Amino acid sequence: MKGISKEFSGNKVLNDINFKLYPGEILGLVGENGAGKSTLMKILFGMDEIRETGGYGGEILIDGKKVTFNSSEDAIKAGIGMVHQEFSLIPDFTVGENILLNREPEKYSVMSELFGKRLNTLDRKEMQRRALKAIERLGVELDANKKISGLPVGYKQFTEIARELSKEDDKKEGGASSIRLLVLDEPTAVLSEHEAVALLKAMKMLSEAGIAIIFISHRLQEIIDVCDSIMVMRDGLIIRHVDKSEADVQKIASWMVGRSVKQERVVKADRTVSDEIVLKVENLKVEMPGEMVKNVSFEVRKGEIFGLGGLAGQGKIGVPNGIMGLYLASGSVEFEGKSLKLNNPSDPLTSGLAFVSEDRRGVGLLLDESLEWNVAFGAMQVKNRFLKKYGPIKFRDNEAIRKVTEEYVDLLQIKCTSTKQRARQLSGGNQQKICLAKAFALEPKLLFVSEPTRGIDVGAKALVLEALRKYNEENGTTIIMVSSELEELRSICDRIAIVHDGSIAGTLNATASSEEFGVLMLGEMKEARE
Amino acid sequence: MTKPEINMKNISVKELIINNIVPILFICICAVGIPLSGYSGSYLLNEILSRLGRNSFLVLSLLIPVMAGMGLNFGMTLGAMAGQIGLIFVSDWSVVGIPGMVLAAIISTPISIILGYMCGTILNHAKGREMVTSYIIGFFMNGVYQLFVLYLMGSLIPISSSELILPRGYGIRNTVNLESMRKSLDNLIPFNIFGASVPVATLILVAIFCLIIIWFRRTKLGQDMRAVGQDMEVARQAGIKVERTRVLSIILSTVFAGYGMIIYLQNIGTLNTYNSHSQIGMFSIAALLVGGASVDKANIRNVFIGIILFHLMFTIAPTVGRNLIGEAQLGEYFRVFVSYGVITLALVLYEMRKRRAERIALEKGEEVAV
Amino acid sequence: MDLNTVKAKAVPMIKSFGLPRLIITGFLLLMFVIAPFAGVNVASGLSNMFTRFGMNAVLVLAMVPMVHSGCGLNFGLPLGIISGLLGATMSIEFGYAGFTSFLMAIVLATPFAVILGAGYGVLLNKVKGGEMMIATYVGFSSVAFMCIMWLLLPYDSPTMVWGYAGTGLRTTISVADYYGGVLDNFLRIEIGHLVIPTGTILFFALLSLLVWLFLRTKTGTAMTAAGSNPVFATASGVNVDRMRILSVVLSTWLGAVGIIVYEQSFGFIQLYMGPFNMAMPAVSAVLLGGASVNKASIANVVIGTLLFQGILTMTPSVTNGLIQTDVSEVIRIIVSNGMILYALTRKQEVTR
Repeated sequence: MKGISKEFSGNKVLNDINFKLYPGEILGLVGENGAGKSTLMKILFGMDEIRETGGYGGEILIDGKKVTFNSSEDAIKAGIGMVHQEFSLIPDFTVGENILLNREPEKYSVMSELFGKRLNTLDRKEMQRRALKAIERLGVELDANKKISGLPVGYKQFTEIARELSKEDDKKEGGASSIRLLVLDEPTAVLSEHEAVALLKAMKMLSEAGIAIIFISHRLQEIIDVCDSIMVMRDGLIIRHVDKSEADVQKIASWMVGRSVKQERVVKADRTVSDEIVLKVENLKVEMPGEMVKNVSFEVRKGEIFGLGGLAGQGKIGVPNGIMGLYLASGSVEFEGKSLKLNNPSDPLTSGLAFVSEDRRGVGLLLDESLEWNVAFGAMQVKNRFLKKYGPIKFRDNEAIRKVTEEYVDLLQIKCTSTKQRARQLSGGNQQKICLAKAFALEPKLLFVSEPTRGIDVGAKALVLEALRKYNEENGTTIIMVSSELEELRSICDRIAIVHDGSIAGTLNATASSEEFGVLMLGEMKEARE
Repeated sequence: MTKPEINMKNISVKELIINNIVPILFICICAVGIPLSGYSGSYLLNEILSRLGRNSFLVLSLLIPVMAGMGLNFGMTLGAMAGQIGLIFVSDWSVVGIPGMVLAAIISTPISIILGYMCGTILNHAKGREMVTSYIIGFFMNGVYQLFVLYLMGSLIPISSSELILPRGYGIRNTVNLESMRKSLDNLIPFNIFGASVPVATLILVAIFCLIIIWFRRTKLGQDMRAVGQDMEVARQAGIKVERTRVLSIILSTVFAGYGMIIYLQNIGTLNTYNSHSQIGMFSIAALLVGGASVDKANIRNVFIGIILFHLMFTIAPTVGRNLIGEAQLGEYFRVFVSYGVITLALVLYEMRKRRAERIALEKGEEVAV
Repeated sequence: MDLNTVKAKAVPMIKSFGLPRLIITGFLLLMFVIAPFAGVNVASGLSNMFTRFGMNAVLVLAMVPMVHSGCGLNFGLPLGIISGLLGATMSIEFGYAGFTSFLMAIVLATPFAVILGAGYGVLLNKVKGGEMMIATYVGFSSVAFMCIMWLLLPYDSPTMVWGYAGTGLRTTISVADYYGGVLDNFLRIEIGHLVIPTGTILFFALLSLLVWLFLRTKTGTAMTAAGSNPVFATASGVNVDRMRILSVVLSTWLGAVGIIVYEQSFGFIQLYMGPFNMAMPAVSAVLLGGASVNKASIANVVIGTLLFQGILTMTPSVTNGLIQTDVSEVIRIIVSNGMILYALTRKQEVTR
């Protein structure tokens, strides 16, 4: 067998990535969110997105020959299969129909002579045969005639993989090579333990059959169990590429989060935080799709900047969304000794809480309204600010609104043509500043900030963090900041709690070492303790 | 463990009633109404058979867009217009009987294809709002149709028969007499049962159409349409040409609606130039919904149950109104109310069910995660 | 070179104004220009336009609250109209006359509008996303239901019930002896052929002012935000569902007032299938004025109604004069539905 090797080099998100993969090798790819794993895989798979955003540098070599994929179909022809995080399955179709979606074998019919090929009838028997063959190769038990909608997630995942495998049959007809490389993007994230075990077994079977696999996962133990070699990415770079014998959970964890250049802590060393507990959360459970919170308890002291960290999808974002009543929540939340009503957005707001949402465009802004509206709306509704009263009727005070907006535009250095500009027309960083201004205008006693620096440039990032820090310092406002970027949290927070699998894995001082955080983020310490 | 199961069953019985509330309601209306109307069994049988013959084809033409996830095709009026244009030409050329019908169908086909293509393309720009858009397209094209028939026919488009042209010299009269082909298909194979005449040939045609639909579901195109109907994005990722498939489904529906209109009018025997098509869409859709179909699910059984129940109500309503309150008008209004009411109810139920399904999906997702 | 710069300037202008609106404005201007050649008096044309503007403007205004709260175009306008009709017929039944009967019609219509509107609003909250289609059919069903009620309700004013049967309301009822023209004739301006129904226009201006003021209150602001981005509004502590119901009630009430204004100018109450097709012209008028499925202002209402009614009044007389044919009906159908189609197929401005 000839070896497969690939080389990439690009910049920005991905910087000079080089690696090789042999037939039948299982490569574990790990890294924090945003480390560049997905981008790398998209390039490999020839996704449109990459080309539309200006292509990539470097080259991909298969069997020593340079290849260029102009579309994902080219990649499929070259024998690359990819299973994405989101399922692309038709719910009311059977497993077999989904495996062969749009690649159904057809039977010739007379009508097709008249009206074109699409009027061929489907060859159900052949479909069944091919589907079963693919399922068999996977080595799992799966009924090809069951409807997808009734199946547990694990089986949906198997169906997706079986679809990739079944593509071999078309290739015989099309003359292309059989499947050589399978990319699995976090396939076990949604699986139960039992299902995950079955999947790992299936992966080993495939690798024995000579199919190389790139396996992306956050569950390090799995990676160590199944992979031949492990590659750790961070900030678009390959940090380590080692044989599995050289790696253990602790090491990988520190490679993932550790940073060579430490961000300076900007908080004054002599700052003191009172011991008074201002927010007490107990057994919080939030049903936020993709960010489920199962059981979270923590306490925040008055005047403190408290960080909530953890990997994406573990539930940290669900915490503020649940407390602020945006997603169905249960448990108890006490603010200044009074218990807050859950599932009622106006109660936390009137109690003096405010929230800067991670979903800027969806939740945070009125994209089609003026900056003035965006800044003042919350305060107007909750605090009755910026209103002129005539008897029982309260009118907007446009003059006051303009003034306060201008104030914040100056304070936060928001770049805009006028305060009447629509929020949609601003850049991401400036939109984020508007969201902050909106929260500040509420004059909150406690401020939730969720992913405040996501998707904005470096300069704006620093400004946003600085604004938060200053606001905390000057007004004594308690701030709870949720972020996927640990370094960012460490730069301004006093204490940081790490959320893993819907509950708090542990709370550390911001000055604790990267390794300690890394281990918490991957939830390994908890498992080891149990 | 047993408790939740019992609960599940309770819910499913309730669900069964909610899901079929429209047909159940109609069975009740008919059960109360038939004795009140005082019609004889053979009269009702005759009426139902004749209405089954004339409406089935039209209602069946609605099934394909439902399959492709485009909802109820309110744009079927476009097909009806094409069929009517075909019939106008045929009666101008005095082609009678079956040959006339065939010729009208041939003329209507290219018109239907063009209109269907247009409608489908517009609907692709209004994804998620297909129904209200197709509904407005129906109105819009009604204007174009009027322009065509009322002003251009006889002036730009040669129409020679003076029986068709308005006295002012151009434009088609309000009614076009189709006596020459009246019931020519229905009576092609004469057959009577219990004193009711059965439109055998028409029903055979309807049966053939049913077979075509069943066969169509098994073709590649049919499979693609089902896939597109369930999840456009997934279908697109799998390489199915989503837009094209959607347009095709509308074209097919429009063409068949055109044929259906020709069959419908040969039974009626007169063409109401400016009204026939505008009502037919609503009645066909109401009938389909009465049969238990919803916006995203409809099958052949729904078509026939629907036509029987809906038209039973339609036949007896005026008499019941007269017998009850001495006002036939009341029955008329009642059946109009019921037609619209049924569509409203079905649409509301569909939207509510959709939202509930989303909720359940969310809860399920959470269970799995736990 | 020159042409290019002109093009570069013109294209965004046309885009912001909307091509269909441009065509229709051009068409209307053309009508006025060629009117004298077709033997049509421009002044009487204008008078017609103003009269019809007064008749219809309030009905078009009834679109605004619902669009603001994100409920889409109010295809359910017939529901408001029915409330108005109930108020109107009851006012006549109770024997009020003159301006009192006009006021009483509005007063009596109000409870119906509030109750029907609230129910309708609750229903629309249950079918978010599918509002427009359901609104259309709610409108239709309610009209058909009222057809039955007009026959059965115990009215007995001789001006309203069928003469021979003694029960059941007539299809058209003259309001000449009640509130016919009470607004039209108030401060009426007549200069030669030019007639302006000042009172009606003033009344519309008053209602517009009220709506305009309402949209500037705390609640009105919350309603607009609820339509612009419901999640944002919820996150800011606004009860979006309640805002939507409030907007539907407002729209329904404006519809009720709108039909009463319409009747006082038209001279007749049209019952039974009369309200059936009244939603479409109002919807297309507001769209013609520059509104979209989720944005509408008072200016849109004024411009749209003027344009729409202008086309409606000018085309028949002009085409009649020119080619002895009345194609206005066809033009009305194509313009009004074309406008709605254009709005429905436009890429949503709001990303959500």
